[in-house]
Amino acid sequence: MLKRNIQNMMKAENISKFRELGLLVFIIILTVAVQIRNPRFLTVSNLTNMITNTAILSILAVGMMLVIITRGIDLSIGATLALSGMISALTVSANPDMHPILVILIGILVGTVCGLIVGVLVGKAGILPIIASLGMMNVFRGLTFMVSGGSWVSAHQMPDSFQSISTSKVMGINTLVFIAIVIYIIFYYFINHTRTGRQIYAVGSNPDSAKISGINIDKILIMVYGIMGSLAGLSGVLWVSKFASAQGDTAMGYELNVIAACVLGGVSIAGGSGKISGIILGSLLLGILHNALPLLLISPFWQQAIQGFIILGAVLINVLVKRNAERKNLVRRNI
Amino acid sequence: MKKMLAILICLVMVLTVFTGCSQSAPEETGGQEAPVEAGDATEAKQRHAIIFKNTGNPFGEKMMEGFKTAIEELGHEAILRAPDQPTAEAQIQMIEELIAQQVDSIALAANDYDALQPVLTRAMNQGITVLTLDSTTNPDSRMVHINQADPERIGRVQIEAVYDMIGGEGEIAVLSATSQAANQNLWIEWMKTELEDPKYDNMELVRVAYGDDLRDKSVSETEALLQSFPNLKGIIAPTTVGIAAAGRVLTDQGLQGEVHLTGLGLPSEMAAYIENGVCEWMYLWNPIDLGYLGGYASYALVEGTITGAVGDTFDAGHLGAKEVIEASDGGTEVMLGDPFRFDADNINEWKDVY
Repeated sequence: MLKRNIQNMMKAENISKFRELGLLVFIIILTVAVQIRNPRFLTVSNLTNMITNTAILSILAVGMMLVIITRGIDLSIGATLALSGMISALTVSANPDMHPILVILIGILVGTVCGLIVGVLVGKAGILPIIASLGMMNVFRGLTFMVSGGSWVSAHQMPDSFQSISTSKVMGINTLVFIAIVIYIIFYYFINHTRTGRQIYAVGSNPDSAKISGINIDKILIMVYGIMGSLAGLSGVLWVSKFASAQGDTAMGYELNVIAACVLGGVSIAGGSGKISGIILGSLLLGILHNALPLLLISPFWQQAIQGFIILGAVLINVLVKRNAERKNLVRRNI
Repeated sequence: MKKMLAILICLVMVLTVFTGCSQSAPEETGGQEAPVEAGDATEAKQRHAIIFKNTGNPFGEKMMEGFKTAIEELGHEAILRAPDQPTAEAQIQMIEELIAQQVDSIALAANDYDALQPVLTRAMNQGITVLTLDSTTNPDSRMVHINQADPERIGRVQIEAVYDMIGGEGEIAVLSATSQAANQNLWIEWMKTELEDPKYDNMELVRVAYGDDLRDKSVSETEALLQSFPNLKGIIAPTTVGIAAAGRVLTDQGLQGEVHLTGLGLPSEMAAYIENGVCEWMYLWNPIDLGYLGGYASYALVEGTITGAVGDTFDAGHLGAKEVIEASDGGTEVMLGDPFRFDADNINEWKDVY
């Protein structure tokens, strides 16, 4: 995917039009810096680890981007992920012969239902997204503890077929990464080339005119949260399969990483803007950070501070480059 | 429409208040109506309470189960409590309820070292026996502490284990919880002390990594260890999340027998990795015995057999006689014993227990 971005970028007549350029440059600088310090960073095995570990985050970032584009936010996804992961883990431990694809479908179903509930609260009842999702976050987390009775599902209760979802390969690519790529292709098409996809942007950039032009805002909102939920449900199954453990507190606070990936990728919290290429880079930067900081072999006390500085630096550079690009675009328009 | 919404919100709020109440209502295991009866007829039946850190923790459930077994063996009544959230505030509220019910003893896995002192002092002033188990409070707020295992032994035994696994030479690393975790840091200090022994001259501790007890971070840290130290022979993970995450990484990368893993883990979580040989054996204390010992100590304190002073001894059921010794924080404690070893021979009977 990254390669294609670069190609697209090259094709563009004016490179500075590419708004995520700042982020890309930052990632390259960071990569070089880490590589100098630990030459094992850019090895096939390490990059495989990193991309596999980032797959789930990047899947969730797609859904979160859609939600943020509509001026919303979804804080409940960590809990949705845990609930869907727990239900699928319990199902699979009770029926070890179940086909993995069926388990994934169960997870997606659970997630979709959770997402639709948040969507209805936001779209139909008009509750602020941050409040609605915060409330449902606690509900879903509580449900996770309830269905599991407080106990954990561990590796020995999960059949190999289920655990191999995360370790197997499709066409030479790890299944998690493969699923993420497929999702990115589908959503790239969906938000850029379908009417409903474009309506999401319309709702986010100006809800009033979207309404006047005949867009059913409620429907779009419910759909967006539903998509977010289904992706969180899918991620739940993948998470449990990857770590071979389902706990009540799975992925607690993970929603903040996902939001960070979106913001880094240039998705505007004010709504209306956000690109697939941006969140790929945003997720990638977070993935590199999580992978590279331990490799730097520095004191753990510094790791978090460094992570904070790098994120801040990335956002700053991105904002500056973006402002520059937009100014140039404006100039072009004047002529 | 607005009115409907307002009514709806009111309803939700009222419901929240109700559910809030029912949540904080005690999960009682008997003894609720006792204040009335205890005064006259059933004087002989003591009521011993135990409070764990929070609900939904398999370790805590087993500990409370052991406590209940001990108290019922002695023919008395056990009250099992645990708050929803692992906070000191929630425990203070529960202790106050128990003081109001005039129970005979309170055994506590404390959520805070100092914050519980006022309420526990008040309990002791009212003649209630107070002891801690699993995680302690400051020495002034308790009569005695039940220590699951000696930090010194926990640290040393893990180094001995990894020494046996890797044949006495090579690089080893530690994957801990957070860098501030008091338990783990103490154990790691003892590991380093043990490593000073000339016996370990050919072993080198190359790094202490911190996985923060998060699955994803522990996995990244383990992978980073394997990348940065290609000659790594052994990993010690003295934390349940860390050891399971490391087990998963070693299994995925097919490193059975090349990189050895030991540490402290939950049998249910580690069963898969002990069976596939990634982790030959690991340790943990036995939560059932810990609760059981707590039960007998509560009884001995209430009966006056012991006062919690150094040198007191009491009978602890099937665990035999136990002695009160001086604790490192200046108070007194009772030691459960060496950490329990889980390996391929016994993991099957333990993996369903906790």
